[in-house]
Amino acid sequence: MLYREAGQFKTNYVADSAIFPLRQDRIGLGLIIIAAYALAFMGSDFLLQAVLIPFLVFSLASIGLNILTGYTGLLSLGTGAFMGVGAYACYKLMTAFPEVNVIVWIFVSGFFSAAIGALFGLPSLRIKGFYLAVATLAAQFFLQWCFIRIPWLVNYNVSGALDAPLRTLFGTPIMGPNATPQTRYLVVLTIVILLTWLASNLVHGRIGRMWIAIRDMDLAAELMGIRPLQTKLLAFAVSSYYCGVAGALLVFLWYGGAEYDVFNINQSFFILFMVIIGGLGSLIGSFFGAALIFILPIVLGIVLPAMLSPFGISVGADVIEHLRFMIVGALIIFFLIVEPHGLARLWQIGKQKLLVWPFPY
Amino acid sequence: MSFRKIGLGLAAATMLAGMALPALAQDSVYVPLFTYRTGPFAGSGTPIADGMHDYLRMLNERDGGIGGVKLVLEECETGYDTKKGVECYESVKGKNPVIVNPWSTGITLPLIPRASVDKIPILSMAYGLSASARGDIFPWVFNPPATYWDGLSMIVKYIGEKEGGLEKLKGKKIGFLHLDAAFGKEPIPLLQELAKDIGFEVALYPVAAQDMQNQSSQWLSARRDRPDYMIMWGWGSMNGAAVKEAVRSGYPIDKFYSVWWPGEDDARSGGAGAKGFKMLNWHAVGTNFPAIQDIQKHVVDKGLSKAPKDKVGELLYNRGVYNSLLIAEGIATAQKLTGKKAVTGEDVRRGMENIKLDPARLKELGLEGFTDQLVLSCADHNGHRAAFMQEWDGTKWVKISNPIEPMTDRVKGQLEAAAKDYAEKNAGWPKRTEACDKAS
Repeated sequence: MLYREAGQFKTNYVADSAIFPLRQDRIGLGLIIIAAYALAFMGSDFLLQAVLIPFLVFSLASIGLNILTGYTGLLSLGTGAFMGVGAYACYKLMTAFPEVNVIVWIFVSGFFSAAIGALFGLPSLRIKGFYLAVATLAAQFFLQWCFIRIPWLVNYNVSGALDAPLRTLFGTPIMGPNATPQTRYLVVLTIVILLTWLASNLVHGRIGRMWIAIRDMDLAAELMGIRPLQTKLLAFAVSSYYCGVAGALLVFLWYGGAEYDVFNINQSFFILFMVIIGGLGSLIGSFFGAALIFILPIVLGIVLPAMLSPFGISVGADVIEHLRFMIVGALIIFFLIVEPHGLARLWQIGKQKLLVWPFPY
Repeated sequence: MSFRKIGLGLAAATMLAGMALPALAQDSVYVPLFTYRTGPFAGSGTPIADGMHDYLRMLNERDGGIGGVKLVLEECETGYDTKKGVECYESVKGKNPVIVNPWSTGITLPLIPRASVDKIPILSMAYGLSASARGDIFPWVFNPPATYWDGLSMIVKYIGEKEGGLEKLKGKKIGFLHLDAAFGKEPIPLLQELAKDIGFEVALYPVAAQDMQNQSSQWLSARRDRPDYMIMWGWGSMNGAAVKEAVRSGYPIDKFYSVWWPGEDDARSGGAGAKGFKMLNWHAVGTNFPAIQDIQKHVVDKGLSKAPKDKVGELLYNRGVYNSLLIAEGIATAQKLTGKKAVTGEDVRRGMENIKLDPARLKELGLEGFTDQLVLSCADHNGHRAAFMQEWDGTKWVKISNPIEPMTDRVKGQLEAAAKDYAEKNAGWPKRTEACDKAS
């Protein structure tokens, strides 16, 4: 009843083309952002460090892949590697120029990833679908090979690992072991909100229309005057930019140190599943997908033992792990059967129903 | 909008997380065990997990814990996955663990910088960052009993002795089959240095992580190059596949040496042809020790263990026991040093630094002859202990050598360079502020 369109009149074109035409949606979004910031001060360290930071990082990577796969219709299996490029670039930049603030380097590192992504996106003009997936698979393997083989990338570190040095913002440590989960969460949250806002403007504007046109029918798009090469490469570049920033955040603001193996093919699949479950071609879906694939297992890991113990069943960590796999797997299948277009579509349907509730006629 | 649902989910998750932290009894010591019984490496992870759990459980059942304080054991499943490992760390951090043992180099690396901040020592037993052997730079990290550089120098020394002296290796060719990752590549600089000084030739056979089970190309090259000896730095399914391929390609298996990670199952996969395969090890196999018999009596026979009865005493099971032995000894030493019963992470860090597992103490613990002595100190968090060579006789491991001392002078150079390098690269790496205990 509270959530309805009645009484909200659009008097100009700007209002009509708004992303959130409903006042309630705008208020809700504002509240959620405030709540997200409030959580930094109310949430426990575990919640921030093990749940929210990774969730935001994966959401950002999902947005990246969603731009490519969901909006432009180009299947990519190189996400993990593109994240890696961002992380390694950020490491090189911030160790080479420690005087520049690390936030700058996190944003800049995405450009390296974008360049590499555009390079590996070149075959996309000629090939589509599964064949393109195979071409991006080559990127995955080649880049991973580079991460192992080029010691320059890790400053000749014997252990071959990336580690987060101490970096500060306004005198507060935001990176390295002394940075508290609070500050790191605030940094990640701000970056993710900024980039999500940017992505939202991109996909709802002219560029997004071009991507969608290419996805829906590239031949028709070409006839309408959209240049496929530039558009596809732009999609690859923007997508890789997001993945690159997500990779830098993953290593330096979440793990604090990592090996090349973090950016393996499993990481690529992990992000791809998030995008598919969340909803192709939807920014909200990227968040939903990350929540389902990443947060749900954690919640299950906490809830299951608590649920089983009153019955006197105590199960080992490995059994919980198997149960987690089974339940998450079953839920994925369930959601895909109920709504093949992902969670974002379910959300949309729910909202539409809510708009007319309680008088759906 | 997207955030609304998430917000709800988060609120729920927060509440659950809050509920899930059980109130711990006052007089207890919380020891989380990071294990991997699922996933692609479960084959080697399960016996290690059983060994770790069973030894500490036995202490609980037999002695009521350590020094009269019960140990609260909790396994956290990592699946050998860094993501889950870090999640495990965060979930146990709030319950005041006295020590963590990540059991994966990938998980160890993110934890190293946090250890000093969270005041939780890390025990990465013979894996992780080799440079962390330097206690003055890494006061919170322990990687006894030997580093990979120690291991390599021991194998080369053993081979040299077989030939009749290290100088006899001149002109020989040594193949180095390794996992193409930081772990496998770490010994290469030392191997090359030795090659230059002694005058043998090195042929490298890297195995990419995704090809661990398919090593035909490496062994084909080995067939062409005909190395006189083959040294393996492998892990997970790579070990078993290597033994199998060595047998299949007709490589003389008695010239095939490995670092300490293969288990019985890896050697078995080579069938009868694997007889003669050798590997380094630093602890005994079998159940012929009072403490392990106590495990059988108090834990396994009572059905408190997940281990099948016949797996108790196998190589990797005993490796898990050794890991727990170090944990227990760290706690016991900490109790002795501080006089407290319920020790904290900071106390156990001191305890680990003062570990003194000499033969007398081992006998006291019911593990006489189980392993060589281990003495750690403020500066030395590794021990650089000798390991021995053991050979697969077709059904079990047989110890075939006395303890081989590592070439300390050579290893030291590598170690110091690496530790200095690590601290330099991490500008602002904290100086050690923890006071050293007087050598006890």
